[in-house]
Amino acid sequence: MSLLEMKQVQAYYGGIHALKGITLSVEQGEIVSLIGSNGAGKSTTLKAVCGQVKTKGAITFDGKEIQAQPPHVTAQSGIAHVPEGRRIFPKLTVKENLEMGAFSVRDKKVIQERIERAFAHFPRLKERYRQQGGTMSGGEQQMLAIARAMMMKPRILLLDEPSMGLAPVMVDQIFEIIEELNREGTTILLVEQNAYQALQIAGRGYVIQTGEILMQGDAKMLLHSELVKEAYLA
Amino acid sequence: MLASILGSLPQVLIDGLALGAIYAVVALGYTMVYGILELINFAHGEVFMTGAFVGTATLFIFDDAGFLSSAPGWIVYFIVILISMIVTGLLGVLIERIAYRPLRRAPKLISLISAIGVSFVLQDLIRFIAELITGNYIVSGISLFNGSFQLGTSSLTSSFSDAFVKNNTFIILGVAILLMLGLDLFVNRTKWGVAMRAVAQDRETASLMSINVNKVIVLTFFIGSALGGATGVLFAQQYGTIDPYIGYILGLKAFTAAVLGGIGNIRGAMFGGLAIGLLEMFASANLGLITNGSFGSEYKDVFAFAILILVLIFKPEGLFGRAVKEKV
Repeated sequence: MSLLEMKQVQAYYGGIHALKGITLSVEQGEIVSLIGSNGAGKSTTLKAVCGQVKTKGAITFDGKEIQAQPPHVTAQSGIAHVPEGRRIFPKLTVKENLEMGAFSVRDKKVIQERIERAFAHFPRLKERYRQQGGTMSGGEQQMLAIARAMMMKPRILLLDEPSMGLAPVMVDQIFEIIEELNREGTTILLVEQNAYQALQIAGRGYVIQTGEILMQGDAKMLLHSELVKEAYLA
Repeated sequence: MLASILGSLPQVLIDGLALGAIYAVVALGYTMVYGILELINFAHGEVFMTGAFVGTATLFIFDDAGFLSSAPGWIVYFIVILISMIVTGLLGVLIERIAYRPLRRAPKLISLISAIGVSFVLQDLIRFIAELITGNYIVSGISLFNGSFQLGTSSLTSSFSDAFVKNNTFIILGVAILLMLGLDLFVNRTKWGVAMRAVAQDRETASLMSINVNKVIVLTFFIGSALGGATGVLFAQQYGTIDPYIGYILGLKAFTAAVLGGIGNIRGAMFGGLAIGLLEMFASANLGLITNGSFGSEYKDVFAFAILILVLIFKPEGLFGRAVKEKV
């Protein structure tokens, strides 16, 4: 059984038929990349999983139907979402941002341990601990957004364009961190416009176009397919 | 003229602080709800008024039960404030549920009109109940601390006169400071307080952190309204007589205080309230003197609203607010 499964999921977003029957699955321990151009429905797919858009079809997580749940309930069941544009809380400190990530955790000791672990992954955040999130650079904010999502110790991490607007050095660093988190056991569904790097770290991939899955399969295969090369790697 | 202004300064300061403290705590209710929903809860002045009536009614009931003669005044005061806070807190939650939540996706103007509607309903409901029970909608309550004393400020410098201070003035200041400190601690130091600020900044993302946004909104209405209700009790104790329309002007002034401090900003609202209270008292005491009698103290209200207009024109984000800018 797949950890996350979407079957024929349809969604309307802002009056547009954004998803026209998406079927995809993510297995435990995988990195799956979802690539496609602007407006293809990548973000909507992630929002559908989190319950942020109304959908038709079936979405199951760990065998359980999660479709009708409000977002905060879905989050509690172990799905962390790093939204597009990072969306950290700009006027909360780094510490408070991280604490919000662990909102459903009651044990203060556990929260403290996870903060320490976040610092191990992102030493930069430790230096900025008492600073307001909004005053940091884009790359630091992206680190904070990922660290915040990891605070709930999710079973799957949904990443929406983590490389957007970042300097190339920072992009490399973010992709390294994603691989590292995966090696430590976090399943990852990655949405990217940066198709090349996204497919390089992924095991499998899906290509989405105007709300439909166009191609799917082994990431190496997609990386070398003429269609992907032409449309997304040019 | 200056000597006279200086002479009355201690009195103006102490009365201004007490009035300002009332504005400040009521302003918190406006600013908290605005921070979360970007909604100006115009019914908040009426929640304050309801608090004054609940407090007064509770005192009447205690009096009938003979509780007032047996228990010390400060305990009664504390219980009355607590009851009033709970009732108005629940009232705020009810208002949110009935009048605002169904309209949350509607344009802001519609919720605003709904808020004004709630405020009329509350005014008339309280008036109806008050007339039904007492036969008059203007109610004179029981004062718990009647005394006043002379503050020897003239001994500080010879240009000051003594100030006459009601005992209740100190209670107002004390309770208001406790409420403000309590709220500040709650919002900055507790998990739900930080969650409240998180929801205010980005509701959608907060829900991704498994924060139940509706719960936070309900909590915000409860706390904001309870603060308003507590202030209503303080007000009724200070001025003795209340009617269902006391929340209107006071609410507008507290709203002005919230705008002055930067709406959505909690510490700003506290500062704005104190500033407007002091200014209003100063104007009330000295306006006739300064203008040679052409404007009397009845023009004091003009100041609060002149401030509102000036702030909106020249610094719409308020003194402590930051201009809205989106960083992508």
